[in-house]
Amino acid sequence: MMRTMTSTAHLPANPPRLYRNSSGRLIGGVAGALADHLGMSRRVVRAAFLVLAFCGGLGLLLYGAFWIVLPQAPYGKPEGAIRTAAQYVGAALAAAFVLLLNMHTLPLGWWFLPSVLACFGVALLWRQASETDRERWRRLSRSSLSASAGDRIGALRVAAGVSLVLAGGGFILARAGISAVGVGLAAMLITVVGIGLITGPWWLKLVRDLSDERRERIRNEERADIAAHLHDSVLQTLALIQRNASSPREVARLARSQERELRSKLYGGGVPDGRFAAALHAAAAEVEDTYAITVDVVVVGDRALDARLDALVAATREALVNAAKHAGVAGVSVYAEVADPVVEVFVRDRGAGFDPDRIDPTRQGIRGSIVGRLARHGGTATIRSAPGDGTEVRLRMESA
Amino acid sequence: MTAANPNRPRLVLVDDHGMFRAGVRAEIGAAVDIVGEAASVAEAVAVIGSTRPDVVLLDVHLPDGGGPAVIPAVLPATPETRFLALSVSDAAEDVIAVIRAGARGYVTKTISGPDLVDAIRRVADGDVVFSPRLAGFVLDAFRDSDPGPARSADPELDQLTPREQEVLRLLARGYSYREIAAELFISIKTVETHASNVLRKLQLSSRHQLTRWAAERRIL
Repeated sequence: MMRTMTSTAHLPANPPRLYRNSSGRLIGGVAGALADHLGMSRRVVRAAFLVLAFCGGLGLLLYGAFWIVLPQAPYGKPEGAIRTAAQYVGAALAAAFVLLLNMHTLPLGWWFLPSVLACFGVALLWRQASETDRERWRRLSRSSLSASAGDRIGALRVAAGVSLVLAGGGFILARAGISAVGVGLAAMLITVVGIGLITGPWWLKLVRDLSDERRERIRNEERADIAAHLHDSVLQTLALIQRNASSPREVARLARSQERELRSKLYGGGVPDGRFAAALHAAAAEVEDTYAITVDVVVVGDRALDARLDALVAATREALVNAAKHAGVAGVSVYAEVADPVVEVFVRDRGAGFDPDRIDPTRQGIRGSIVGRLARHGGTATIRSAPGDGTEVRLRMESA
Repeated sequence: MTAANPNRPRLVLVDDHGMFRAGVRAEIGAAVDIVGEAASVAEAVAVIGSTRPDVVLLDVHLPDGGGPAVIPAVLPATPETRFLALSVSDAAEDVIAVIRAGARGYVTKTISGPDLVDAIRRVADGDVVFSPRLAGFVLDAFRDSDPGPARSADPELDQLTPREQEVLRLLARGYSYREIAAELFISIKTVETHASNVLRKLQLSSRHQLTRWAAERRIL
C-alpha cells in the first residue's frame, strides 16, 4: 500500500527542475543537471566546464559550488558514477594536472592550492553532515541580521563582522589615505552587489527547496500514519465483519466499535482524559462493545474526576448494563449534566420496563451496584419504570 | 404551502454520497414524496428552486460548501421551504453553523427510518426537531449565564428561560414532545412553542460564546 502511494507522487516537472542527476553521472551529476535543465547536450556542458577549468580554475570552482548547492534528484537510484579505483586515480590525476597547469596564471598565485584544499574540506564536511546539521548551518548563515536577542552566536557574528569592516576601513585609511577610500568603497560595493546577484538566486532556491522537501516529508508522514491506522483498525474490522457475516448482532457490534474509534480519531481531541465526560464516554463504549447495543451519550459541562464522580460513572455503567441485558432494545441514551453543586445522569431506554417494587430482593444489580454505591458517596438514585413503558434511571451526586 | 397532503411531504434530498441517498430513498420513499436529489451546493440550489419542496433533507458536509451555503442561497426564492440538517460528524461547530444558517432541526445519519420520517413530517408541519445531541449542545452553549461583552440589542435572545431549559433537558434525555408535555403538565403545543423559541434564540443570539464554544468543542 505504501509503495503504491509514494510512486504516485511522481509528477512530471516541466521544465525539468534543477536537480543533480544521479543517473548517468560522471562525478557529481552537476553537468547532467544543467544540461537537462537548459535542454543542452551533456557533452557540451561537460566540455564547457573543462574549458573553464583551464581559465584560472573557474570551472572547478563553479562545479564545486553547483555540487554543494544543487539538491539531489528525489527519485531514482544513483548509478553510472565512478566506481573502480582506477577511475578514481584517473580523475584525481586529471584534477591535479589542471591545478598545476593553472598554478602560474592564478590570481591568488600559490595561495590557490591551499584555498582549493580548504574548499574541498568544507565541501566534504557539508556532504558528510546529517540533514539536521546542515539545517542548523543554513539557519545560522541566514539569521545573522535577523537574529533575535537570545541568539548569542548570531550576535557574536554580527559583532565580529562589524569590527572586521571597521578594521578594514581603518587599514585602507591608514595605508592609502582618504582619496583611495571612495574608490575602494565603490569597488567593494560593486563586488558585494555582484556576488549577491550571482549567488542570490541560489540561496533563494535553496530555501525554497528546503521548504518543498519539508512539506513533502510531512505529507508522506501523514499518509503513512493514515495508512497504518486504516490497516490496524478498519481493515481488521472489515475482515472480522466478513467472518461474522452470519451474526447481525456481532456485525453491528464491530461496526459500532469501529465507528466510535474513527470518530474519536477524526473529531476527538476535545475530551481530555481524567475528566468526567471522558470517563462516561469510556464506560458507554465498554458497554456497547460487551453487549452489542448503541449508547448515545450527551454530556453538558465537564469536571475533573474525583471519588464521587468515579462512583457515579460506575453506577451509570451498571444502569447501562441492566438496560442492555433486560430492556431488549438496540439503543440506550445517556444524558449527563455537570452543574455546579450537582451532577446528574439519566439513563433511559424505551424497552420492556419493569415494576420497580417487584424486583427480586436477591438481585444485587440495582440495589447494590447503583443505589448502594451512590448512597455511600452521598448520592441518590431513582428509577422510573413501568412494564412496557421503558426505564429511566436518574443518578444524582452532589459534589464535595 | 404547496403540499396538499401534510402527511406525505415533498422532499428534496441533498447529500454527496449516492449510496446514502439510495438508502434513504429506499427507507422513507414510501412515506414521503421525494421530488429531487442533489449532490452539491450548485445542484441543490437548482433543484430546490425548480421543485419548491416542503422539506430539504440537507447534508451538513458537501464538497462545495456544505449545508450552511445552500440555505441562504435558496431561502429568499422559496421562503416556504424548510430545512432539516443531517450529518454524520456530530461536531458542534457544524451543527451550530447549519442551525444558525436557518435549518429547522438536526438529526444524525444513524437515525432510524421511522424516526427520520417523523422528523421530516414535524419539520414540514412547522415544528422544530431537536435531537438529544442538539439539545445538549444548546444547553452547553447557553450554560454560561453571562452573555459576555458583545451584548445584542435584545438581551432576551441571549438567555434561555428556566422553562426552556427544562424542555431542553428532557429533550436531551430522549423524551418526545408528548412525554415532555406529560412530564411538565403543559400542552404539546406549549412544548412546541418553547422549542421553536429556543431555535430562534440559537439562530439570532449574538452571544459571542456561541461560535467560539462550538469551535472549541470538537467532540463527538
